[in-house]
Amino acid sequence: MSLLIERLWQGLLDTLTMVGVSAAIALAAGIPLAVLLVTTGRGGIFEAPRLNAVVGTIVNLFRSIPFLILMVALIPFTRLIVGTTYGVWAAVVPLTIAATPFFARIAEVSLREVDHGLIEAAQAMGCRRWHIVWHVLLPEALPGIVGGFTITIVTMINSSAMAGAIGAGGLGDLAYRYGYQRFDTQVMVTVIVVLVALVSLIQLGGDRLAKRLNKRAS
Amino acid sequence: MRVANIALQQPAVRQPEPAAPAAEPKGRDIHLRFVGVGKTYQAANGPVRALRGIDLEVRRGEIFGIIGRSGAGKSSLLRTINRLERPTEGQVLIDGEDIGAYDEERLVLLRRRVGMIFQHFNLMSAKTVGQNVELPLRVAGVPRWERQRKVAELLRLVGLEGKRDAYPAQLSGGQKQRVGIARALVHDPEILLCDEATSALDPETTQSILALLREINRRLGLTIVLITHEMAVIREICDSVVVLERGEVVEQGPVWRVFGDPRHAVTRTLLSPLQQALPEELLLKLQAQRQRPDDRVVLELRYTGEREPDLAALIGGLGTEVTLLASSIERIQGRALGRLLVTVRGPARSQDNLLQRARAHVDRVEVLGYVAAD
Repeated sequence: MSLLIERLWQGLLDTLTMVGVSAAIALAAGIPLAVLLVTTGRGGIFEAPRLNAVVGTIVNLFRSIPFLILMVALIPFTRLIVGTTYGVWAAVVPLTIAATPFFARIAEVSLREVDHGLIEAAQAMGCRRWHIVWHVLLPEALPGIVGGFTITIVTMINSSAMAGAIGAGGLGDLAYRYGYQRFDTQVMVTVIVVLVALVSLIQLGGDRLAKRLNKRAS
Repeated sequence: MRVANIALQQPAVRQPEPAAPAAEPKGRDIHLRFVGVGKTYQAANGPVRALRGIDLEVRRGEIFGIIGRSGAGKSSLLRTINRLERPTEGQVLIDGEDIGAYDEERLVLLRRRVGMIFQHFNLMSAKTVGQNVELPLRVAGVPRWERQRKVAELLRLVGLEGKRDAYPAQLSGGQKQRVGIARALVHDPEILLCDEATSALDPETTQSILALLREINRRLGLTIVLITHEMAVIREICDSVVVLERGEVVEQGPVWRVFGDPRHAVTRTLLSPLQQALPEELLLKLQAQRQRPDDRVVLELRYTGEREPDLAALIGGLGTEVTLLASSIERIQGRALGRLLVTVRGPARSQDNLLQRARAHVDRVEVLGYVAAD
């Protein structure tokens, strides 16, 4: 029993590390990518249709590959970056690469929903283009971006379990080895309970934050 | 080098404006000039000409109205003044300087001299009232203490002192527009552009916003260019008006003249909501032709602002039996505009005489018909 708790704890920590690190990188890379997609689009403030098409295509490419396949395909790249293809840090690479375009597309939608009138007002008051990104687009889209980031994290927990199954560790690894290979129902059920609790907690936190940031309704 | 250039030019450009706005509130000098301005959009089904051959002059310190039906090109024309819209032909000159060739840097500086308010206010929902008003100063790199002072000053000007920390969603429409006005004035602009600024507001709020705009115009001496589809707004605050139709100017002049004597069909259509129809009772009795020799003549007597209505003289000219049916006279820019509907005893043989006498006292006389004498 205590062994199970210890394994469970280790698995949870591994999952949190994998997801946390990749989510942080995805956040840092996804927002600029989303801004790029929105502002270089037709009628955008940094209009550049060719660049927009190229970046859009790359994002779509990564978005269309199922995570399991992406993970396997990225093995040489992962080895190059972290020196191994096994363990928590090896999972961070494909997780990040899958999550970044996913999150970028969600954030892009929020940025695109910012009323064009606000951008016009910002131009009329003498904002330079970067000011518009920083003072208008990002703050106005923030509640939506927070909501999108929450979805991204939940999706990444999902993917991290898959990574666990091929040796990355974490809760997925635990469930696969004990639950699937050894038919240990107790472990399986416990893992499910922990995952449900984890996802609920993240969703709840994300929803609250998004609601607090949203000043549109009084 | 370019920065030095601007620094040298600006004082010279601004000089005449703040110097003596009170002494000469509506001087003859031209602030804004449009020379052959045209705008053609490339739409999916061919080019669309939104504006063509616009020649206009806006004097310093006046409130200049642009009116037209939706799609007439008002919005495009207004936006050429701060280059949110770039004309495809012609020039827009501010203080004699063509703004068409400005690069982004000079455009940013221009836009700080030209404030703008919008129909839907366009306030940042994630920022408080104070932060919204402060934003133009922040992006211009104005130090914090200066920003705070300016924000407090402007919120006082628009009557929103207590709302600094509220969010726009907590305000009424009129309050939002006041925030918009404060934000537009935070750089002490010389021109204020109003894009249908009262169209989303109820009549009472519209009045208070128009009063505020008039006060700002008088106190700060800035030039206001506004677009609207409501003639009532023009009547309320404008000095000059231009009527646009399909991207062209169809009529322009001082407000009293355009209201008193509209020449173009579009202007008349736009004015019609403000005009009273003939009384129903009269319409039923009205005959186009004289039926009997003692029928009374129904006259419409119009004042178009050319002269003062002198009732004693008018009635003296019309004869002894004058009945007033309806009247509406208002004052626009100090001129009397409107009409009187009267019936007059006027035998057929002396009718021409009667009309001639009436013309000596009013600007326009029209025979509407005849009614039987009671």
